[in-house]
Amino acid sequence: MTSSTLTHLQRLEAEAIHIMREVVAEAENPVMMYSVGKDSAVMLHLARKAFYPSPPPFPLLHVDTTWKFKEMYALRNKMATTSGMELLVYQNPEATERGINPFDHGALHTDMWKTEGLKQALDKYGFDAAFGGARRDEEKSRAKERIFSFRTASHGWDPKNQRPELWNLYNARKNKGESIRVFPISNWTELDIWQYIHLNDVPIVPLYFADVRPTFEWEGQLFMADDIERLEKVLGYRPEITNRSIRFRTLGCFPLTGAVESTAKTLPEVIQETLLTTTSERQGRVIDKDAGGAGMEVKKQQGYF
Amino acid sequence: MSDDNVIYQTEALIAEDIEAYLDQHQHKTMLRFITCGSVDDGKSTLIGRLLYDSKMIFEDQLTALENDSKKVGTQGQEIDFALLVDGLAAEREQGITIDVAYRFFNTEKRKFIVADCPGHEQYTRNMVTGASTADLAVILIDARKGVLVQTRRHSYLCHLIGIKNIVLAVNKMDLVDYDPVIFDAIVKDYTEFARSIGIEAFTAMPISGFKGDNITTKSDNTPWYSGPTLIEHLETVEVLSSADVDKPFRMPVQWVNRPNLDFRGFSGLIATGSVKPGDAIRVLPSGKTSTVTRVVTLDQDLDQAVAGQSVTVCFADEVDCSRGDVIALADNPPQAADQFEATFVWLNDEAMIPGRAYWLKLATQTVSATVQAPKYVVNVNTMEQLAAKTLELNAIGVAELATDKPIVFEPYAQSRTLGGFVLVDKITNATVAAGMLNFSLRRAQNVHWQALDISREAHAASKNQKPAVLWFTGLSGSGKSTIANLVEKKLHALGKHTFLLDGDNVRHGLNKDLGFTEADRIENIRRVGEVARLMTDAGLIVLTAFISPFRAEREMVRGLLTEGEFHEVFIDTPLEEAERRDVKGLYKKARAGQLKNFTGIDSPYEAPEAPEIRVDTTRETPEDAAERIVALLIG
Repeated sequence: MTSSTLTHLQRLEAEAIHIMREVVAEAENPVMMYSVGKDSAVMLHLARKAFYPSPPPFPLLHVDTTWKFKEMYALRNKMATTSGMELLVYQNPEATERGINPFDHGALHTDMWKTEGLKQALDKYGFDAAFGGARRDEEKSRAKERIFSFRTASHGWDPKNQRPELWNLYNARKNKGESIRVFPISNWTELDIWQYIHLNDVPIVPLYFADVRPTFEWEGQLFMADDIERLEKVLGYRPEITNRSIRFRTLGCFPLTGAVESTAKTLPEVIQETLLTTTSERQGRVIDKDAGGAGMEVKKQQGYF
Repeated sequence: MSDDNVIYQTEALIAEDIEAYLDQHQHKTMLRFITCGSVDDGKSTLIGRLLYDSKMIFEDQLTALENDSKKVGTQGQEIDFALLVDGLAAEREQGITIDVAYRFFNTEKRKFIVADCPGHEQYTRNMVTGASTADLAVILIDARKGVLVQTRRHSYLCHLIGIKNIVLAVNKMDLVDYDPVIFDAIVKDYTEFARSIGIEAFTAMPISGFKGDNITTKSDNTPWYSGPTLIEHLETVEVLSSADVDKPFRMPVQWVNRPNLDFRGFSGLIATGSVKPGDAIRVLPSGKTSTVTRVVTLDQDLDQAVAGQSVTVCFADEVDCSRGDVIALADNPPQAADQFEATFVWLNDEAMIPGRAYWLKLATQTVSATVQAPKYVVNVNTMEQLAAKTLELNAIGVAELATDKPIVFEPYAQSRTLGGFVLVDKITNATVAAGMLNFSLRRAQNVHWQALDISREAHAASKNQKPAVLWFTGLSGSGKSTIANLVEKKLHALGKHTFLLDGDNVRHGLNKDLGFTEADRIENIRRVGEVARLMTDAGLIVLTAFISPFRAEREMVRGLLTEGEFHEVFIDTPLEEAERRDVKGLYKKARAGQLKNFTGIDSPYEAPEAPEIRVDTTRETPEDAAERIVALLIG
């Protein structure tokens, strides 16, 4: 009788919008984590849809490591203007002071800038709900996390004591000091994200598309020399720079994010390459593999997003 | 393993024509399902298999999986698919799944979200959580063990949550040499149990998650099985939530959108029905009415939005409307009430305290609520109803519930959104219970909207159809039941609400006191006519399949109904032909004198003079006839 069966993307979009509106209605001081990656881009676009014609009624928070790609900073500033949202940038002062960097400090770099930086930022502004762009298909411990994920006053996550989440009813109640991480695109896959960007012309950082860029090899992986002067200062030598046609499957700090050689210049080509590739998305990141088989789960218990 | 597999052979398309692939993916629908079974029934292995076969495992993950399989796997040197799925460190060590995990895979037709639900007893709450968003449930049974207590428990919970599509996957068939006798015995056992708890239908299939039998391709090991593979079934089964579109419009208001003085919109997710500019709506519980002027989204205003979409609507008038209100079809709104009977699933270690106030969240309404001592709890292993003073962790029970102010609701059977709720502890903020409203105990007194008697028109409108009676008449063995059954299936597939009253079935109950004398035949038809009339009052399309040999009784029934609702369908099969077919062997008995008062032999049949529809079964197949009848009825 009805021809109006919604497509999977329509259902996912409606779910994400519903989640965001619930948070705005029930939380006192929500914020949207914004990492400038493609998942963040989709999340921001969904927020604009959820509250249109109002601008999304919460600020964007970028927990900065000072080591992001230049093009990421550019898009970040542009999107804040386009969406009419306040942009908060937080850099952990202790990490700045100690000169924490990905080359000398390895895992400490992520811990100080991101995990600690995030906790400090949430405490500083008193946010009680923070949207994150994590997806359940990314990583095993995320597959089990609720959409409304409760955190103790010290930002801890207890995977064994999660609130049951039935139908689309979300319990956003909490005591003072406690907070909730909310994942509106939990049920999206990487392909869904790409498809949505394609269909909705969502602006993303050009680094996702192939171009000839200056690169260097370090510890067996290919990296982009986004800031050669700074690299030289930290490494103590000037790495050999070669121009290659590369792109990024995932974006983080430029010295921690491996590039892939590619000629995919359009979105369909990027999607094509993504689908035909045989290594998973997060493999370009060093972070998941630190702590043995359960790397991310341990990080999350400590407060990583 | 799956290289020769047509279902997943998308790589060629991706490589050759990415645009075509994206177009295909863009139009996929989504099915959410859960898998449940006891510990060691092979749930994680099955899901791992689905991910593996649909190429959702990348090479680096596969390498990690192969290493892990050797280290902690339980399958010797072979790949242990379960390791791919069992996420948290604690459970990897214990070898069990302890929480609901959600997994994703695609085929050419659909995107799937799988909730992996735990098997052991103390985690009912996780299963109910997974089931609450599912369109379908896969109940796993170990072929070596058959129907276990936990199988019953899981089936009962799925049924309780309202999952209509149930798949009985008899797993580990490789370990019983693919023996059909074992499969049939398990299906028979399960059928009996399923009926006893009200599960009307399920689909049984013999599989091996470990070996891959009947998962994506038909297995050569089970030549005796002719049904679909698991994936085929998942790809084609109807998505239940699409039925919500045909119900009357309801949208709980989440948020009022007011960027400036010129714009005032109401944002929400449409629970049921559809909405378009010009629709007359009513805001509940106030009862104020207005007209929809716009359905707003960032991309453009919509001509129409349907159940499942998140939208913002604007009204022609400045009516009060805020979070917690429900916007509904003006002449068919839901009710509000403050006392209910509800079914609860208790989810918290701390037992329910009768009389204590909890927060109740239903759709976007949050109120204070108290629960009385339960009327009974259900032993989910035996389905017995037992007396109880409270509800403890994992208990399922029925109790009365009172809210401190009226809430807009519908029974859970009609609307998951307006009938399903959670209870939250006011001190710890824990979600302590899930509940489903069965019915209200009394109308709230301080509700002032225009009182509506639920008329037959309202009943029909809520089903979006015109009630009707299709009265099939004809000789025994003429094909009435066959054709009526086909017609009903077609109407059902069209989303129509139907009911088939069959001669033989009615004589098992309502009319079992009646014989086949002329007086009894008349009384038989009178009762059936009255029942059909009540059902049309309820808005149904009723099909009856009775010989109904006497013209007078058929006309009597016609007289009971509103003009135009009675459609006489004459299944015109000549006596010789019906007797030649003799499907039930009754003519033979009648000719032999073993059956008295048999129509056509020693009791008359009065053929209709001007039936609305006449079917000559010697010239038209049942399928064609059914198609024609549906076309005439629906127009």
